[in-house]
Amino acid sequence: MTTEAGSEKAEEVKEKAEESAAQTDQSEKATEETQEVTKAESEVNEKEKEKEKEGKEGKGISRYLPTWLKKQKSQSQTSPTKEAPPAEEPDSKVTQEEEAPAPEVNGHAEEVEEKEEVKSEQVREKEESHSNASADTEPVKEEKVEESAEKSPEETKETTEGEGAEEEKKGQQPEGEAEGGEGGEGQTSIFQSPLRLVRKSKMKLVVCHVTLLDGTDFTCEVEKRAKGQYLFFKMCEHLNLLEKDYFGLTYIDTHEQKCWLDPTKEIKRQIRSNNWQFSFNVKFYPPDPSLLTEDITRYLLCLQLREDVASGRLPCSFVTHALLGSYTLQAEFGDYEPDQPRPLDNIGQLTFAPNQNKEMEEKILELHKSHRGMTPAQADAQFLENAKKLSMYGVDLHHAKDSEGVDIMLGVCANGLLVYKDRLRINRFAWPKILKISYKRNNFYIKIRPGETEQFESTVGFKLQNHRSAKRLWKVCVENHSFFRLNAPEPPNKARFLTLGSKFRYSGRTQAQTRLASSLIDRPAPKFERTSSKRISRSLDGAPMISITEAENGREPHLELHSDSKVKEVDVSPGDAEATSLQSPGPSEADLSQDHDKTQDEVLKHQANISQLKRSFMEAPPPSPPQPNQWEKRLTSSPATTIRIQQQQVVSVPETEAAAADNTVSDTKEPAKLNLHRLFSPNVALTTEVEIEETVVVQEVSRAAKPGLVTVTPIPPAEPTTEQETSKQEVKAEEKVVTVGKEEPKKQESVSSESESEEEAEYHPNVSVSISHTQIPEEKEEEEEQEDDKRGEQEVSAPDALSLPAEVSKPEEEANRVEEDAGAEKKTDAEEKEDERETEESTDDPMITPDEAPNGLTLPEEGETGMSAPAEEEEEPKVNGEASLVEVEQRPQVICCSEPPVVKTEMVTISDTFAAQKTEIATKEVPIVHTETKTITYEAAQLDGNDGEPGVLMTAQTITSESLCTTTTTHITKTLKGGLSETRIEKRIVITGDCDIDHDQALAQAIKEAKEQHPDMSVTRVVVHKETELAEEED
Amino acid sequence: MANVCRYGFFTHAVVRGIPDTFGKKAGDSCENGEASVDLAKAQRQFGCLTGALRQKVGLQLIEIPPDPELPESWRIEDVAVIQGDTALITRPFKQQRRSEVEAVRRVMSELNLTVVEMGDEEGVSGGATLEGSDVLFTGREFFVGISSHTNHKGAEVLADTFRDFAVSTVPVCGGTRLKNICSMGGPDTIIFSSSDGAKKTLRMMEQLTDHHYEVLTVPEESAANSIYVRGPSKRDFLLHRPAEECPDSMPAFQKLEDYTLLPTACSEASKLGASLSSLCLLINRKHTYF
Repeated sequence: MTTEAGSEKAEEVKEKAEESAAQTDQSEKATEETQEVTKAESEVNEKEKEKEKEGKEGKGISRYLPTWLKKQKSQSQTSPTKEAPPAEEPDSKVTQEEEAPAPEVNGHAEEVEEKEEVKSEQVREKEESHSNASADTEPVKEEKVEESAEKSPEETKETTEGEGAEEEKKGQQPEGEAEGGEGGEGQTSIFQSPLRLVRKSKMKLVVCHVTLLDGTDFTCEVEKRAKGQYLFFKMCEHLNLLEKDYFGLTYIDTHEQKCWLDPTKEIKRQIRSNNWQFSFNVKFYPPDPSLLTEDITRYLLCLQLREDVASGRLPCSFVTHALLGSYTLQAEFGDYEPDQPRPLDNIGQLTFAPNQNKEMEEKILELHKSHRGMTPAQADAQFLENAKKLSMYGVDLHHAKDSEGVDIMLGVCANGLLVYKDRLRINRFAWPKILKISYKRNNFYIKIRPGETEQFESTVGFKLQNHRSAKRLWKVCVENHSFFRLNAPEPPNKARFLTLGSKFRYSGRTQAQTRLASSLIDRPAPKFERTSSKRISRSLDGAPMISITEAENGREPHLELHSDSKVKEVDVSPGDAEATSLQSPGPSEADLSQDHDKTQDEVLKHQANISQLKRSFMEAPPPSPPQPNQWEKRLTSSPATTIRIQQQQVVSVPETEAAAADNTVSDTKEPAKLNLHRLFSPNVALTTEVEIEETVVVQEVSRAAKPGLVTVTPIPPAEPTTEQETSKQEVKAEEKVVTVGKEEPKKQESVSSESESEEEAEYHPNVSVSISHTQIPEEKEEEEEQEDDKRGEQEVSAPDALSLPAEVSKPEEEANRVEEDAGAEKKTDAEEKEDERETEESTDDPMITPDEAPNGLTLPEEGETGMSAPAEEEEEPKVNGEASLVEVEQRPQVICCSEPPVVKTEMVTISDTFAAQKTEIATKEVPIVHTETKTITYEAAQLDGNDGEPGVLMTAQTITSESLCTTTTTHITKTLKGGLSETRIEKRIVITGDCDIDHDQALAQAIKEAKEQHPDMSVTRVVVHKETELAEEED
Repeated sequence: MANVCRYGFFTHAVVRGIPDTFGKKAGDSCENGEASVDLAKAQRQFGCLTGALRQKVGLQLIEIPPDPELPESWRIEDVAVIQGDTALITRPFKQQRRSEVEAVRRVMSELNLTVVEMGDEEGVSGGATLEGSDVLFTGREFFVGISSHTNHKGAEVLADTFRDFAVSTVPVCGGTRLKNICSMGGPDTIIFSSSDGAKKTLRMMEQLTDHHYEVLTVPEESAANSIYVRGPSKRDFLLHRPAEECPDSMPAFQKLEDYTLLPTACSEASKLGASLSSLCLLINRKHTYF
């Protein structure tokens, strides 16, 4: 019941959001929401939130970096929406700041929990349905109503909760909003958020010139301090482009190098010159363009590829040149018309190839004849089908030298990193084989996972021309890996895999997310003009412009097809093939437009029906529900984790503290964090029963969710099975949960180091297993053994939990599969097997570590049976070390309280070894320079020289108030040495705030809390790392 | 890509007869030092091969008459690399073999293939050597074995010729040729020898490729070279060495489902380091672009 109500509300909100014109704000949404729950109050709250966000970002450049951090922690904040806050209520803002210190949040957590439980179901539903932030906010508001009197504390709670619930959605919202709005009918509503950014500031406006793919110029004014995002959104709006995640803006830097404009950073700071000249380009070439939803997207991709081919960037053979050219002709000019002045006359003016000659043009014409009847959209599709197979398709080449000084080219693409010498491919590093990517000065390094025969990972270094090119290459790698391999972008603040000095992370949606989002696009195919043909037709024939509409296109998977077909009939009534008439100069634009109108009307009707889907798209939390699940899987490895995971799914906001963090984590892919709170907090010993209940809920949810997904997206089979499995697994899970519950209170540490490695490894490109290999099996076994030693029985329970997440996540996985042509079936099988295996294991085999299983699952290409997982584990130590270091450096403040109870262990937190290395690197490479850093360490315990297990990240929690953002991360490591069990808990609390923070108080509070949570532990070491941002620096 | 279709669709085969000087070095009347070859048997085996290609598989066979002046001209695979409607005329490592290309070039032209030359002996491609038996085309990409007969420059020329495809270089160990240790056994299947050197090459190929291939491992190196053709009759044919020549590999071939296995002897040619595929060039002239 609750669930239903919640979902409805969410939908409503979404709808409204969509409908609302460009001006729609969160406040509006809030208002709408309020209708259902608490109206006035909710609004207020919303505004306050906005203000909070404002406050964070409001400080402008100086706050810039912190903003990033915040965003990462709770992604929602960074979103454009937030940036555009109404600057009208300073008072409330102040109040919030005062009242909302992080610690308080924790205190309130319990209160919230009650309500949360009830609402949790709703939340879940929403999450799965991709509801946006507004939906999530609801619960909070309800609470508010109840507790209205205590605004400030509540607010804090709200924030926390809201984040918790919304994390997933919000994180995506930044993008989701923009895109969601687009979903509407390509209206401007989407772009509101970016626009708003500009609004608030009174800065000067600057004129930007953007060269579009069709060669035309687009001019627009932006505020001088606008971020890249703003301009990009404007562009997409102008182009009526929804599937924009494949695109980006480039600029030429002062060294004549083409660079990608970072959407999250101010334009001014990137271009470093007063040349506000950009070009709109394809940034990520979809491996299978046929999976794009809209023809307009394909059209733009075609334009890019035509240019790539014509310029020689995308080399192809004579025949391919001719073929691609012929499709271009067909798309732009329609059928070959023998009577009319031969297009051949025009053809000479079109550039199809770098070395175009008469022979090629004749071949093009010859092939053109064979395309008769093909609509422009079909011709584009054929063009792409051929282009995508080219070996250099989507490969971004960078000049470099190998270790011996030989000139080579490094190519970054969807699959990994390619090494070319001349035209020959001499090496290839698939993303799954790459453990780390880094750069130092002009050196670029990749650390390679050891092969089956090798024992150690190796590092391959390349020399680039200079530091800038090394960094550019590194960035491209990070982005490509994130986009193509991850289900959700990695939060930048967790500096792990790729980071040494730079916090840079891919901030947009991943391919998986964008696919999911675009699968929900429901709008009439937008009308667009093929400008080049228009141009040509004018110049050459003096004929009327040819406007080609997408409506002609028969390829639309959706209902629009019908409308399209009708349109075609009307237009083409003269008899030709559907497309032909339209394409030919004959039919005037007016006709076309009429048709379009009709089409649109029909579509609109249709839309109404599908409005739900639409909404979901709008909010299109690309990170999609599945992600959390995956994380959960990973997390699941430890029994404790398992429980939490379940809870997360079921009750997203159960505990205020945890909730926030958890959700965030799930969104961001920081699995580790999720676990933390439970372990640490008294709550850890959750009653088994409760958990079980939650589990059940999960079941329902998952089932419900799947059908929905299925409808919208082409989801592969195997679902029925999954569900069944789910139910079974769940049952088992319940039993085990009980076990866990008992154990937990005593051993919070139960979480093994492995689990952490996963977390840390997240960003390691290991996501998937490459085709070839088998390397890992052996290692795996070894690892397992080790793990067994460490853990003993406890872990047995974990697998169950895994099962749940796995199931839930399947929708996602499936989506992934679609993407990945190869071995899709295998994966499925593999997954099933895994599930089975896990289940079995869970029952009785201590042998197979739960941890591993989760790892495997986590990997996007899980199907391949988590072969990579073991490898990841190996590296854990390093990873952890790195991570901690990096974090320390980057974060404004890091407070670590570690307390080994009876045991002594070395502190992973800040390992000297790594520190040394990293510091060095960081210092030199760090792009973000203007930072003041202070580190204070209090150490109580002596560290043993033993290589300790890497800490396990147990929980992460983010509490946000207007001015403060507190993130708590806990690493727990348990080691069995000679019968002695050591437990080390490392807690990292990061407080980020724009304004003055009473650091001492915050620290004291943090320590106090930690002690309260673990009375029997002693604080071994406290490290305070203070980082003050002086100015933002990039590139 | 215009040229892509699944591997194995061929319509024509070009072969060159075995001259009486078979097994003798050019301009040298002495017996080949290493092994004594049976000319008549070699010719019989050649006849069996061409017969199988023509009558069983159903290919159009073009036979270039043997030239006694060119004792190795029967290794026609070496002198051209054909993909789609482009034929790259290679430059064999041995100077005395380079005139073998002339007859082949003529045939290629007659078949309306776009003939591409390696370029001048001097200049950019100077010193480039390339032999077809070091080139494995999988339907999706090229692998060029860097061997005693084929060098990097040769591979570059090939890459420049077939620009649609990834061209990867792989090491070939032990003085052998790439096609001696592997060959296509189906659209996505590579037959690989299980020797250590072959494994090394295989690993490299696995690392370099973006695609996934099934690997059919055979214990004998001789079995690793087979000829796969999906004939006009839409059936899968595999010409492989008979049981007498590679007894242990028969079970592996049996694993290929729905294949028509055509055991074809090649013992004499193999004494000279050649194998089944060395004897023919396969061409698809019914190329469609879709």
